[in-house]
Amino acid sequence: MGQPRVIIIGAGPSGVRCAETLVAAGLRPTVVDEGRRDGGQIYRRQPDNFTRPYAKLYGTEAGKAQSLHESFDALRGKIDYLPETLAWNIADRKVHVMRDRQTRALPYDALVICSGATDRLMPVKGWHYAGTYSLGASQIALKAQACAIGRQVVFMGTGPLLYLVASQYVKAGADVVAVLDTSPFMRRVAALPKLLARPAVLRNGFALVAELKREGVQVLTGVTPLEIKGSPETGVQGVVIRDSSGNERAFECDAVGMGYHLRPETQLADLARCAFRFDHETRQWLPEVGEDGRTSVPGVYLAGDGMKVLGADGAEIGGRLAAMAVLKDFKLPVAEHELQRLREEQARMDRFRRGLVQAFPWPAQQAAQLPDDALVCRCEAITAGELRRTVCDMGAQEANRAKALCRVGMGRCQGRYCANAGAEVIAHAAGIPVEQVGRLRGQAPVKPLSIAAQEEVE
Amino acid sequence: MSQRFVRLAETGRPRVRIVIDGHGAEAFKGDTLMVAVLSHARELRESEFGDGKRAGFCLMGACQDCWVWTADGERLRACTTVVAEGMHIVTKQPEAAWANLA
Repeated sequence: MGQPRVIIIGAGPSGVRCAETLVAAGLRPTVVDEGRRDGGQIYRRQPDNFTRPYAKLYGTEAGKAQSLHESFDALRGKIDYLPETLAWNIADRKVHVMRDRQTRALPYDALVICSGATDRLMPVKGWHYAGTYSLGASQIALKAQACAIGRQVVFMGTGPLLYLVASQYVKAGADVVAVLDTSPFMRRVAALPKLLARPAVLRNGFALVAELKREGVQVLTGVTPLEIKGSPETGVQGVVIRDSSGNERAFECDAVGMGYHLRPETQLADLARCAFRFDHETRQWLPEVGEDGRTSVPGVYLAGDGMKVLGADGAEIGGRLAAMAVLKDFKLPVAEHELQRLREEQARMDRFRRGLVQAFPWPAQQAAQLPDDALVCRCEAITAGELRRTVCDMGAQEANRAKALCRVGMGRCQGRYCANAGAEVIAHAAGIPVEQVGRLRGQAPVKPLSIAAQEEVE
Repeated sequence: MSQRFVRLAETGRPRVRIVIDGHGAEAFKGDTLMVAVLSHARELRESEFGDGKRAGFCLMGACQDCWVWTADGERLRACTTVVAEGMHIVTKQPEAAWANLA
C-alpha cells in the first residue's frame, strides 16, 4: 500500500499539532476545516485587514497563538488543506464534506476528529431575547471583529471563560456591568489542590478577578440566575438574580454573555460509531477514549476539546498524541521518549481540568427550578413546561423519545444548546438519574445543508 | 438606539455599501454580515415560532440563529459570511410573506 490516507477534521490547536506531527513523520494528511482560516475558535485569526497585534488579541496566550499560526503556515504545501469545508457525515470509512454547495466523500485509512467545543448552556427565563449571546460568542465578537455585543454587558454563568471574556471586554473599553458566577466561592478553595497542577494558569485566573474588581466591575459568586428581562421586540433590558445571601438583585444591561464552561462537539464521533460513556463529574456523555485518543472504532481518533475539555494547551498535546497513535497503528516509528513526556504533561492537564469542573460545577439544580414558561429550546421556542408534560403525561423518559414528541433537540442547532439542560429537566421530572435519560443521537448532516447542495460524482 | 453591536477598534478600514431591508447602510471591509447588520439594527431576523426578534447567539456557526436572506431568497448564515459590496439583505424570512391559502 502507498501512504496511508489520514484525514484530520478541524484546524484548531489539536488539528494543527496533529498535522504537524504527521508531516514530520513523512505523511501528507488532509485537513478539513469549517473555518476560513486556521486557529480554531480559541486562536481564531482576525481578518487580513485588521491591525491589532497578537498581544492585544490573545493576552497572556499571544505567544502560543502566534506559534500555532506560524506552524500552520509552515505546513501549507505539505498538507491538503480544505478550508471553509464542512464535514457533515461519516459513513463507510468516508468523510462527507461540503464546500460551496458541492459535497463529496473522502475515504480514509485513519481519521482524527478535532472538532472542538461549544459553550455549555443552562437556560434562564428570557434567554431567547435578542442580545443574549454565548460567552464564546462574546469573545469572538471582540477577537475576530473588534466589537462588543452591546453597550452595557452582563456576563453570567460559570467557568474560567466567564472571567477571561469579562476582562478582555474591560481592557478593550467596553462597559461591563457585572460578572455573575453561579459557583460558590468555597468550591474554588476546595478545588485548589487540583488547580495547583498548573500554577501559572491559576495565577492568571486570580489576576483576572483582581483586575475586574480594580476596574470597578461587580463580581458576584454563588448567584442563582432568575430571569433575563426584556421584550420580544427590543430584546434584553436587564438581568435578575438571587445573590449568595438570598437577596434578589437586578442589573440593567442591553446584552448578556452567558455560558457554563464548554461541551465537546461529539456528533462526528457519534456518526463514526464511537462508543460513549457517561461522565459523572461533568454530567454529560463523552466518547470513550483509550490511550492517546484512540476510540472504540479502529482507525478513528479524537483530540482536543471535542474529546474532553482540557483547554487549548491540552488540545495541542492531544493533537500530537493522536498523531503518534496513528503512526504507531500504521507501524511507523515514533519518538517514545517524547510520547512519554506528552502523556505525563497531559495527565497534569487532566488534573487541572478536574479542578475546574470541581470549582465551576454545571448547575444541574437550575434545570429543576426552571419556570414552566421559560424556553428550553431557543430554536423552536419550546418551554420547560412542554418538555415536562412530555415526560409526565406522555411517559417519555428517554432523550430521543422526548425529542420525537416535543421537538426539544430537533431544531436548527440540533441540540447543541438545549440537550444538556433538557436531559436535566427530563431527569428531574421523571425522578431518575440523568444518565438514564441517555443522550441525543448524532444525526447527519451535523449542520443544515442547502437543498441546492450537489454530490460530486467521480 | 438603533444598533446592537458596539465597535471598539479597527474602524480605519475601507467602507462597503450594502442594503438592509431596502435601506442603504455602510459596513467595513472584513466585517461579517452579522456585524454589518447589527451595527445598524437591533436584530437579524424574526423567530418563526412567534417569540420575537433574534440577533444570533453563538457566532461560531453552531446555533444557526443568525440566518438572514438575500433579496433573491438565498439563505445566509450571518456570523460566517463576509460582507460584500452591494449585498441586499432581508431580515424577514421569505416564508413569512407567502400567502396563506389554507
